[in-house]
Formats: sequence, structure tokens, C-alpha cells
Amino acid sequence: MVTLKELSKRKDPLTGGHRACSGCGFPQIVRMVCMASKDPVVVVCATGCLEVTTTIFPYSAWTTPFLHVAFENAAAALSGVESAYEALKKKGKIKGPINFVAFGGDGGTYDIGIQSLSGAMERGHNLLYVCYDNEGYMNTGVQRSGATPRGANTTTEPAGKVKAGKMRPRKDLTGIMAAHGIPYAAQASVGYYMDLIRKAEKAFTIPGPKFMNVLQPCRLGWVYDQSRTIELGKIAVDTCFWPLYEVENGKWKLSQKPREKKPLIEFLKPQDRFRHLFKPGNEPLLADLQAEVDRNWEALLERAGEKGGAV
Amino acid sequence: MPIAAKTGNEAMAEAMRQINPDVVAAYPITPATEVVMIFAQFVADGLVDTEYIPVESEHSAMSACVGASAAGARVMTGTSSQGLALMYEILPIASALRLPIIMSEVNRALSGPINIHCDHSDTMGGRDFGWIQIFSENAQEAYDNLLQAVRIAEDPRVKLPAMVTTDGFIISHCMEKIEMLEDSEVKAFVGERKPAANLLDTEHPITIGALDLQDYYFEHRRQVAEAMGGSAPIILEVADEFAKKTGRKYGLFDEYKLADAEIAMVALGSTCGTAKVVIDELRAKGIKAGMLKIRVFRPFPAEKIAEALAKIPAVAVLDRSDSLNAQGGPVFTEIRSALYDKAKKPKIINYIYGLGGRDIMLTDIRSIFSDLQSVDKQKLVNYLGVRE
Repeated sequence: MVTLKELSKRKDPLTGGHRACSGCGFPQIVRMVCMASKDPVVVVCATGCLEVTTTIFPYSAWTTPFLHVAFENAAAALSGVESAYEALKKKGKIKGPINFVAFGGDGGTYDIGIQSLSGAMERGHNLLYVCYDNEGYMNTGVQRSGATPRGANTTTEPAGKVKAGKMRPRKDLTGIMAAHGIPYAAQASVGYYMDLIRKAEKAFTIPGPKFMNVLQPCRLGWVYDQSRTIELGKIAVDTCFWPLYEVENGKWKLSQKPREKKPLIEFLKPQDRFRHLFKPGNEPLLADLQAEVDRNWEALLERAGEKGGAV
Repeated sequence: MPIAAKTGNEAMAEAMRQINPDVVAAYPITPATEVVMIFAQFVADGLVDTEYIPVESEHSAMSACVGASAAGARVMTGTSSQGLALMYEILPIASALRLPIIMSEVNRALSGPINIHCDHSDTMGGRDFGWIQIFSENAQEAYDNLLQAVRIAEDPRVKLPAMVTTDGFIISHCMEKIEMLEDSEVKAFVGERKPAANLLDTEHPITIGALDLQDYYFEHRRQVAEAMGGSAPIILEVADEFAKKTGRKYGLFDEYKLADAEIAMVALGSTCGTAKVVIDELRAKGIKAGMLKIRVFRPFPAEKIAEALAKIPAVAVLDRSDSLNAQGGPVFTEIRSALYDKAKKPKIINYIYGLGGRDIMLTDIRSIFSDLQSVDKQKLVNYLGVRE
């Protein structure tokens, strides 16, 4: 695996001076993913925070070729870029390897872009799709998405006098992508950056379609102190709220198993979007949320062949 | 030159084979499906070098075309009706990013109610998205127009996407005799695409599709308008070169017995063939009938059309779609607007006809010319042959 020292010598895909919020998690995700590639990368990005904050004309923070088309079609647009590469390479007009990466937020990936993503994965293009999952439409003011966890307060499914935020659990997008039978699907978190780099590096060595779902705490939508992004990215994993795993050619493998599974409230408590859950009377819901995490974790252990034994 | 019997769809697919684009991304839809099917077979048989992307929707077809064109490839697609409508979101992005993409579009009614037959509501719905739009009267024109569209769209002075349309079933499924070029002639005519910059040049990275706010967006939109306006002479330049090779001459529009006409109609697409028969009949009876057939609807050749029509006393504009704006079809409103500044101008009336594939017969055309002989008594907007 590439060392941090080696990484520091690789081309940084983003310059400083982009307009992402202080404490935002996605610049690190973009940097770590792109720098994990030893070959040049070409990036396609869905509409969202990342595109908006890095490409305000006439400026661009990107040092790699970059294309943005619309919200729901990053995977389709990248499949066109990759096909053009194949065609032009065959004709000898392009030489040298290129890695193709799409970045989309959870809105552009779980929701409006899922058809485009599913199609590109099924067709088998040689590309890596990375979802920077901050569990909501943060760019437009914290609206709910299919990735928003149950109980979270958002502006389109807010907590109120009779409702405790989002009523339904999130979609298991990584599982959905794995079900496409693609050679590589993985879940990572910005909090565990060496794991993230290792996964991106591995993805780039595998021909065909790859998918990575990377949890990105969002200080704006999750409402916490901007200094705690990486810490929350770790707690999400340590509570098994966001387990790290890979599905390689259909084989599920845990990337790490917390030595001590922390209670979910350690993840919920520092975030104001869950504040209402701690009001008296919401104890059953909190217990429910913990039970949901436990169920999902047990199911994952089962799928990864880890049931019953310690790693 | 090889003579062949081809349907409109076959003619389009043959043109695509000869163009041999780098990338084709397409999705099936009646009545354009055959174009995709025939081309897919060319790919399967190794007759083209194309990377063919069998996408999961027209939205992804256009999105993949945008990606491939940004990457510097020669890119084609084909669709119809709801498929074109599903692309609507991405069509203006393709033109604003100045990405040549060539589309064969088979005109079909838009739902609802659902209907699979010909009218122009799909293409007209996309008329303001910065795409060059070329209409064809028959399979021969469809073939010729598609070859020319490659040169027009990719010309560095234009750099706009272009769609060539045929009429659903009427042209797409009707077999006609067409004169094709040899493969080698097409190869030489279309040449190779040479973009100034592209996404795959990792040594010279570019950002395409940046967020464009109040300080620049307007200028970029103005540039698209400028490119569209400036494409007309290039369309004619390409037509001239094509005529030298084939003897088949094309303009922005064609005049049929129009110079001395006293009554005339304006139409697009397959209806023009029917109209010519009636015009010949009327001429034999000494009635000075004529027609202006629009080939290029975008850019709209307003000034030249106005000149051609100004001195004719009575003109009927035929629209195979309805704007539902309570003042007539899209061709009608543009033609009337084009004539506004002419001191002498015709009395102009509008016929909305043929929606959802309703046949337009010789008798219908005869009735229009008959109406024009007493144009002052006619309504401004007429729905031809509809049960009221």
C-alpha cells in the first residue's frame, strides 16, 4: 500500500482556496481518492456541494480534468468519457492509462442519480464512483435524502411537536451496488483515512465498475463544531452505525471490527440534528435506533462470515 | 454512387455506419428504435469501430454523449418523442458547453394521451435549447442531412449539437430509393473531429461545466446565441460542398414554384412531398400556387424567409404541433414575426394539422389552397381536419 510519504509527492487534485466550509469532509475524500491513483485521473462530478464550491467560474480548484453536467447523471456522463477514451485509444489517438472517477453526494447518488449509477454499473464501464455521503441535501439547506438516518432533523422532514425527524431508515446503497455483481464495492469513512486510501488504491487496480460509499460528516447539516469532522467519522464506525467493509467479487469482508462497540448515543449526542431525540419521552425511539444498528451489524457479521468469532 | 432501397431509419443507420462515430449512446423508442437496432448490429458484426453504450434511458444517452463529446470523441445518438423529452434537461447543457453531438430524431407526438405516430411536438419542444435543427422531407434528405450535420456541428466556428429529423413512420418506416455515397467518400467528407481541447488531455487539464453566476452566465448564453446565428453561412458552405460531390443542392429552405406564387404554403418534413403534388395540379389549372419548405428551423432563417414570402398575397403556415399558447403553432408565430417589418407582407393564416399521426391527404392540401383564394374570410388559426 502507498505510504503517506509517497502520497505527499503525488499530484494534489485540488488547489487551496476552494469554497468548501471550514471543517468540511469532502476535500479530504477527493484528495485521498485521487492521490491513491498512480495514473492520471479524470473527474466527473454531480451537481452538489463539491461542484459548487470548487468551480465558481472563472476559477477552478481542480488540477485534474473535470466535467460537471447535471445532478443525476455523473455516472452516465463518466461512462461517456470512459467510452470515448476506449474508442480514441483503439484508434491510437490517446496513449497512457487514465483512471476515471465520479464524485456525487448522497442526493445525486442514492436518490436522483441511482438510475444513472445502476445503468453504468450494469454496463461494466471501467470507472470508480465515489459517493461522499453526508446524509442529506446539504448544498441547498439540509433537506432529507434517502441516506438520511432515521430520527435526524432536516428541513424537509423536520422534528416537530408530533414527529421526531425522519421516520424511515436509510437505504443500504452499498448493498444495492454490491447486488449489481460489480467486482468491487466498499464502505469507508473520512475518519479512517488510511482505510479509505487503501480502498481507493485497490479499486484503481481492479478493471470494471467500482463503487465506494464514503461517510462525510457535515458540520452544517449535522450541526457540530467544525473541529470534530474526523472524530465523528471515527465514532460513526466505532458505534457500528457506519461499518467499514468491502465486497470483492461477491465476497463480503469486514475492514475493521471495533474492539469495543460503542453505544450509538456517542454518535448521536454531539450532533444537534439529533437533539430532539434526547428529550424526555423519546427513549423508546433511541432504543429503536440502537436496535436497528445492532440488527444491521449482526447481519453484516453474518454476511462477512464473522458471526460468533473475534477478528 | 450506390442506389439502394432504404427506409428512413435504415438510411439514418447507414449514414451512421459510414460516419463511423467514436461513441454512440442510445436507447430504444418507437419509431426510432430501428436506428439503434441496425446500428447495434453493425457494432456486433464489426462493421464500425464505435464504442456503443446501450444506456438505461435517454437521459443517460444524452449525458453519456456530453461526456464523450467533452472527451473529444465524435458522438452520435438517436431518439424520438418521450425520449427526446427525457433528454430536454441535458440538451441545453450540450449546446452551452459547445459540444458537438449529432442526433437522428424521428418526429413523434408527445404524450398525452400516449401516441406513437408522427407530429413535430417533440422536436418543437426542444427548439430553444441551442441545437441546430434540420428537417427532412424523405429518406434521401435524412441521409444527406445527417452526413452534413457532422460537418456543421463539429466546425470550429459552430461547435453546437445538431439534430436531423424525419417524420415518424411516414419517413422512418417508408421504403424509398436513395442514392448513397461510397463509404470512402463519406469518410473523406466528414473527416476527423479535431477539438481544440478535451477532457482526456491530462497534461492540460480543463474544467468543463463550472458554476457560472451573475457575473459570467449572461455572456456565455450570448455566445451560444452568437454561435447559432453564425452557423447559417456554415450550413450553406457545407451544403455547397455536398452539392459538388452529389449534385444534390440544399439551402436553409427550399422554394417550390414560389417566385411568382399568389398563394403559398410553408411546411416542414414529409408533408412537403404531398403539397408538391397539389401545387403541380393547381399550376396545370393556371392557379399560381407555391411552397416554402423549411429545412433548417434552427437557426431560423427569418430574414431570408421574409424576403421570399413578402410579395405573396396569401400564405398558409402549416404546423404539425401546437404551442397551446392560444395564438397558433410555433412555425406560424415565427414566420409572422419575421414578416413584421416588411412594408408589403402577405395575409398569413395558420393550420395546425396531423397531430398524433392524423393523415394529411391531397384533399386537405387542396382545401388549404382553396381557403387561400379567399384568405380574408378565413380564421387566423385553423385546426385542419379535427372533429370540433
